[in-house]
Amino acid sequence: MAHDHDHHHHHDHDHEHSELSETQLRVRALETILTEKGYVDPKALDAIVEMYETKIGPRNGARVIAKAWSDPAFKQALLDDATKAINTLGHVSRTGDHLIAVENTPQRHNMVVCTLCSCYPWEMLGLPPVWYKASPYRSRAVKDPRGVLADFGVSLPKDIEIRVWDSTAETRFLVLPMRPEGTDGWSEDKLAELVTRDSMIGTGLARKPAELKS
Amino acid sequence: MNGVHDMGGMDGFGKVEPEANEPTFHHEWEARVMAMVRAMGANGGLNIDSQRFARESLPPEVYLASSYYKKWFLAVENQLVERNMVGADELEAGHSLHQSPPLLRGKFTLDDVKRCETRANFDRQPQGPAIFKPGDKVRTKNINPLTHTRLPRYVRGHTGVVERINGCHVFPDTNAHFKGDHPQWLYTVVFDARDLWGDDADPTLKVSIEAFEPYLEKA
Repeated sequence: MAHDHDHHHHHDHDHEHSELSETQLRVRALETILTEKGYVDPKALDAIVEMYETKIGPRNGARVIAKAWSDPAFKQALLDDATKAINTLGHVSRTGDHLIAVENTPQRHNMVVCTLCSCYPWEMLGLPPVWYKASPYRSRAVKDPRGVLADFGVSLPKDIEIRVWDSTAETRFLVLPMRPEGTDGWSEDKLAELVTRDSMIGTGLARKPAELKS
Repeated sequence: MNGVHDMGGMDGFGKVEPEANEPTFHHEWEARVMAMVRAMGANGGLNIDSQRFARESLPPEVYLASSYYKKWFLAVENQLVERNMVGADELEAGHSLHQSPPLLRGKFTLDDVKRCETRANFDRQPQGPAIFKPGDKVRTKNINPLTHTRLPRYVRGHTGVVERINGCHVFPDTNAHFKGDHPQWLYTVVFDARDLWGDDADPTLKVSIEAFEPYLEKA
């Protein structure tokens, strides 16, 4: 029995490893072909990868949220037209059109999903995490958001309204989480540290000040 | 198409399992695939709607079992072959073997990378006034095309309320098949969960979709 288990386990590793190598080879082959055809410059591909790995990430969104918490005029501008408001900020990457900021309040909690694929406000948050693009989230968010929140360890009051936004077209949604208590007078930089990526999708809440100490 | 990708409301997929400190890419090949797909969209060879349809068109068992970027890779290979931009023989050989059609916007180079920092713009001139306005009760049509659509099954035939008008955009249903932009007005339409899922649904839940005008009729 133990022998069978070892054999099976070893076989799975081999299978996974050879599948990975096969995929790597095929991907390399395609890149070679597209380069030889003059369709792409591999240096440009390198630059795209670098951009997504280093330049674009949730810090953009966190800075926007921190400013909205600090500056009521900016908050209103953000809620009126998020694309326009964000593109006035020099310290944040530009965002594409039709970004809508949706505000969490004590009466309503927002959650964003793309049931059909993976549409996501990536200019503000970076590329989406695997869970956002996978079947469990995509299938359950529109029917059982409280169950999904429980998977994230989040529990909301029973009577709060939950609004799920299914991003089925070019409109993109950014959740404006509620500002945590005990943050009066905090600088925008410090406030930004409380804003998690998940809180801007709606599967989490902003961190409390006490959580920053660890 | 009524594929497995259209999974809003499906059961059986289990818990959402976030990965702590998840890297942007789990393997280098994923990064290369992402970059190639972006580049082939930017150079006009393919478009985002056609690529979505190519992923949706993967056999269901492949779609469900493949990782995200694996789906991207299989789909882009398939679509390049379908469009006669790359030959199956070339994929086999790992090299370009023959001439291929020119690209709409030419080779993707370093000069094009900056453009990719923000989403492409799909806004187009309206073909006429918006039929609906915020507050209108609308019903989504019971369409079941074999081709690409962005109207999920879980809302078809249901009545909701228009909340916003979100401009006029390239229509994915035609663009995915290289049949033109055919710009359409886009609306946020919100539904009560009890209407979508029945009397036992969460009474505090409302769900919205972004609906193109052809998906809607007055209710």
